[in-house]
Amino acid sequence: MFVDTVIEDKALHKPVFLIGLSLTVLAIFFALNFTNTLFGEFLRPVIGDPTESGFFGRFAVSLVLTIIFVVNLFVISFFKLKVQVAIVWVELFLLFLAFAYSFDLKMSFIQSRIPLMISRGLFTTIYISAISIVIATVIAIIGAIAKLSNNGFAYAISSFYTSLFRGLPLLLQLFLIYKGLPQLGFMVDAVPAAITALSLCYGAYMTEIFRAGIQSIPRGQWEASRALGFKFNLILRKIILPQAIPIIIPPTGNQFIAMLKDSSLASVLGVWELMYLARTLGQRDFRHMEMLLTAAMIYWALTIVLEVIQARIEEKYKQKS
Amino acid sequence: MMDTKTNIPNNTEMTPVISLKGVNKWYGDFQALSNIDLEIKLKEKIVICGPSGSGKSTLIRCLNRLEAHQEGTIHVSGIELHERMKDIDVVRQDIGMVFQSFNLFPHLTVLENCMAGPNWVRGVDKSKAKERAVAMLEQVKIPEQADKYPDQLSGGQQQRVAIARSLCMQPKVMLFDEPTSALDPEMVSEVLETMIELAKSGMTMICVTHEMGFARQVADRIVFMAEGEIVEQNSPKEFFNNPQHERTKVFLDQILE
Repeated sequence: MFVDTVIEDKALHKPVFLIGLSLTVLAIFFALNFTNTLFGEFLRPVIGDPTESGFFGRFAVSLVLTIIFVVNLFVISFFKLKVQVAIVWVELFLLFLAFAYSFDLKMSFIQSRIPLMISRGLFTTIYISAISIVIATVIAIIGAIAKLSNNGFAYAISSFYTSLFRGLPLLLQLFLIYKGLPQLGFMVDAVPAAITALSLCYGAYMTEIFRAGIQSIPRGQWEASRALGFKFNLILRKIILPQAIPIIIPPTGNQFIAMLKDSSLASVLGVWELMYLARTLGQRDFRHMEMLLTAAMIYWALTIVLEVIQARIEEKYKQKS
Repeated sequence: MMDTKTNIPNNTEMTPVISLKGVNKWYGDFQALSNIDLEIKLKEKIVICGPSGSGKSTLIRCLNRLEAHQEGTIHVSGIELHERMKDIDVVRQDIGMVFQSFNLFPHLTVLENCMAGPNWVRGVDKSKAKERAVAMLEQVKIPEQADKYPDQLSGGQQQRVAIARSLCMQPKVMLFDEPTSALDPEMVSEVLETMIELAKSGMTMICVTHEMGFARQVADRIVFMAEGEIVEQNSPKEFFNNPQHERTKVFLDQILE
């Protein structure tokens, strides 16, 4: 993106904006009423018993929160961009932790279940996703080439495929494969069924991404290659794909991340992946939130790993050109 | 020049390298080429000019079948170009083409751009292909840019690399499709000088260009086109001093102001 070279005053440094922001935030805090929470307890010396403090207590709590909030923003605004980003990230993360903490989580319960979640759940999730990603990528390359070809059959088959598999909900595809194939006499286990459904569904999305990536390479590249006497396969492999890949990577990374999380749908087939374990382990002891939040953090950590890998690859291609 | 295995048969000075007979081409209802008859002999330098939309680029692109013609015949070194031909790539390897927009491969260095053709399709091994690429980059006077990527070069330099890339294939014929039209004015002359050098070396050249100075200096024959037809063709001297057709006169008046 282009960042303009003319710098405007920061909104946060304009009194009008600050006052407006403060009033708005105050109104929101007042409406949400934090009197009966931890914040009320903190202010007990000032407002007395929070439950009996009435309008004054509610207003005082809101005011204090507003001041903390606005001063925080104001202070952050003086830092450099990178520091700002880091501080805001940390603050939001702490808020998220506070939110999780508010469920009165039993840490020992989490600790006792985490080994199974990781050894079994995380392993299965990664295993299903990784295989599906590889198959989907292969399907996408073939599908994209078929869609760009002059061969009527190839085009028809690939466009029918993308239309069908983009048109059906993934969960429905899962059931069609898992429940449908056995009726036709093909027994499929839950894991292969999940891998098949994920590969076919994401292969269809990625076919479109790859097709668009290949098409975005200027016609002149094909013409110059043809004029040198290159054949189609050579042009695709050596000229077009190397240029299309940097364009394809960001949306493909998105697909990988989405697929990783959609592998949780395999839980409905009883596959012991993260989501399934999160639901079943917590159920018996009514400790749902413990397990769900643990699974949430693991999924999140996994996607962060994928994001970092994607950024690395993008960086590598940027240096090259 | 160097040891080469060439694909299309050798020509004597007398037989045409390229010959077109009654070539017609349409885009939908629009006739882009009509009744083109043209013969080009070995070592001949042809300049094709004419107003925009006159079909000159279409014509030159038909010569290596980047465009298809619908009627008539085109022969390149005796091989007819048509829809069902099996060996178009073999013919193309012997015909170099330089485009208005350079069309260098941006993900390859200058040297790799030049090595790609010989190494990938001519069966020249890497070290030999590199040797040849360096020699050709010297010929177009930019050996020092060999390890850069195309977008680090000026337009004029890119076009000279494009010429070197074609020459590395050791073509029999070079096609130039408005090679200087996309260049900043101060870069036109460096490309034209390269082309003049090439002409002196005896290359058969067909150039679509508006550079009349170049045409006057290099061309054996100037072909003037308008509305898809060849209006007249003549030696530069006759063409500039004694144009036969009204359209030619109008064109020359406009372009030589």
